[in-house]
Amino acid sequence: MHKQSLLRDKLLPICTVVAFLIAVWYVAAVFLNAPFERDTAARAGTEIAFSDLVRNTMAQERPVLPAPHQVVAEIWDTTANKAITSKRSLVYHAWITLSATLLGFGIGAALGILLAVGIVHNRAMDRSLMPWVIASQTIPILAIAPMIIVVLNAIGIAGLLPKALISTYLSFFPVVVGMVKGLRSPEAIQLDLMHTYNASQAQTFWKLRWPSSMPYLFTSLKVAVAISLVGAIVGELPTGAVAGLGARLLAGSYYGQTVQIWAALFMAAALAAVLVMIVGAAHTAVLKRMGAKP
Amino acid sequence: MNLPALAAAILFWLLAWAVNEWLVRQRFASHAANNAARFAVPLIFGVTVLVLWEGIVRGFGIPSVLLPAPSMIWQRLVHSLPTLGADFQQTFLKSVLTGYALGCGLGFLVAILIDRSPFLQKGLLPLGNFVSALPVIGVAPIMVMWFGFDWQSKVAVVVIMTFFPMLVNTVSGLAAASHMERDLMRTYAASWWQTLTRLRLPAAWPFIFNALKINSTLALIGAIVAEFFGTPIVGMGFRISTEVGRMNVDMVWAEIAVAAVAGSAFYGLVALAERAVTFWHPSIRSGRG
Repeated sequence: MHKQSLLRDKLLPICTVVAFLIAVWYVAAVFLNAPFERDTAARAGTEIAFSDLVRNTMAQERPVLPAPHQVVAEIWDTTANKAITSKRSLVYHAWITLSATLLGFGIGAALGILLAVGIVHNRAMDRSLMPWVIASQTIPILAIAPMIIVVLNAIGIAGLLPKALISTYLSFFPVVVGMVKGLRSPEAIQLDLMHTYNASQAQTFWKLRWPSSMPYLFTSLKVAVAISLVGAIVGELPTGAVAGLGARLLAGSYYGQTVQIWAALFMAAALAAVLVMIVGAAHTAVLKRMGAKP
Repeated sequence: MNLPALAAAILFWLLAWAVNEWLVRQRFASHAANNAARFAVPLIFGVTVLVLWEGIVRGFGIPSVLLPAPSMIWQRLVHSLPTLGADFQQTFLKSVLTGYALGCGLGFLVAILIDRSPFLQKGLLPLGNFVSALPVIGVAPIMVMWFGFDWQSKVAVVVIMTFFPMLVNTVSGLAAASHMERDLMRTYAASWWQTLTRLRLPAAWPFIFNALKINSTLALIGAIVAEFFGTPIVGMGFRISTEVGRMNVDMVWAEIAVAAVAGSAFYGLVALAERAVTFWHPSIRSGRG
C-alpha cells in the first residue's frame, strides 16, 4: 500500500478540476456574451475584431455570464470598500442572513434533540410520530416559506423571527431522525451492562446513550446547518427584497444585475462552507475529548 | 370563543392518545392484526392533529387569514381542481420530472465515466460533497435569466440540484463492492464492463436509490422555489406566491396539500422501486419479517 500524500491525493486533483472549471467558465463567458457585442458592433455599423470581442465580453455592465474576475471584483468591492453598516455592503446582507440562520438552527437543533429523546423513551410517541417525521421530509416544506413570512407580518411579527422559524422548521427534521438513530445506537450488550450496574434511566441516558449518539448528532447537524441557510435565504424572497442574501438575489434578478447575483451566490456558498466547517471542527473536538482515535 | 368545538377537539385528542398508548402495548395473536395496529397508530395520530387543528381554529375563532381550518382547505381544494391540476401539470409533470430524469441520469453517467480515472474521482468527489452542502437554490434567478420564464429554466435548476447528490452517491456506491468479490471477478477473467454490470452496479443500487430518494424531494423544492423568481401565470410556486399576496391563505394551503401528496407519492414510488431492485439488501429483507 502506498502512503496517502496530501499533495498527490488531495490538493492536486481538486486544484486541477477547479482550474478546469474556471477555464470552462471563461470560455463560456466569451461565448454567451459575444452576441451582445456583435449586436452593438452591427448597430454601430462596424466589424469587431476577435481580440476586441474577447476583451469586451470580460467587462460588460450586465453580462449574461460575468467572468470570474468580475465576480471577484464585485465581492471585493462590496465587502472591503463599503462600510459594514451600509446597505450596499455584502457583509451587512450576509450578517442579516447569518443571524436568521443561526437563530433558526439553534432552536431547530434544540427542538429536534428534545423530540428525539421523547421518541426514544416513549413507545406511543415513537409509533405515532416517527412515520410523520419521515413523511414530512418528502414534503416540499420550503413552499410554505412565503406564507409564514406574510402571515406573521400581518399579525405584526416581522424581522428576524419569521425567517428563523423557516430555518427551524427545516433544520429540525434531520436532527430528529439522526438523534433517534444515535440514541438507539448502543448495543443490547451495553444496555444490559448498564442494567447490571442498576443504572437508572437518567444515568443510562447520560452515560451511555448521549455519548454514543454524538457522531450521529454532528452528522445531522451538518445537514441541518446547510439547510437552515437555504431556509433563511428563501425566507427573504417574499418580503419584497429588503435585506439579506436572498433579497440581493431577488433584487439582482429584477434589475438584471447579474454580477450582483453571482456575488451574492458566492457569498452564500462561502457562508455555507464556513458553517459546515465549524460544525465539523466541533465534531472532531468533541470526539477527541471523548477519547476517540482519529 | 366557541367552547363546545374546542372541548370536543381536546376530548378527541385525549381519547386518541389513550387508544394509541393502549395499542402500542398490545401483542396480537395474528400477524395481520399486529400489522393493522402498526398502521393504525400513526393514522390515528394524523387524524388527531387534523381534529385538534379544526377545533382550535373554531374554538378560538382564529381568522382564516392566519390559519384556515382543514375543512375549509378541503372545500377550496375540491372547488379549484382545474387550477390546481394546471399548476400540477406545469410544475410537477413538466419541470420536476424532466429535470429529475436529466439530473439523475447525468450524475449517473458522469460517475460511470470518471470511474476509470482515480485522479478525476479524487478531484470531483470533494467538490461534489461541497456543492451538495451549498444553497444551490440560489442559481434560480440566473437560470430564469438564461432559459426564460417557462418550465425550461425550472428544469435547469432541478438538474443542477439533483446532479451532485447523484454523482457523489453513485461514485461511493461503485466503490462498495469488496476486494474479495472483485478478486473473484478477476479470477473469472471478467472484463471491466462485465465487472461493472454483474458486480459493482448491483452493489451500488442501495447508494443510487438513496440519491434518488433525496433528489425526489430536492427536485420539487427546486422547481417551486425557482418559480418565485419568475414564471408564466401557472405553476405551484407562482400560485403560492400570488395567493399569499392576495391573502387567500386557504388556496395556498390547498396548493401545499397537493405538493405534499405529490412529493410523498413520488418518494413512495422510488421507495417501492428500491424494494423491487434491492430485494437482497438486509434493510429490506428484515422488513418482510
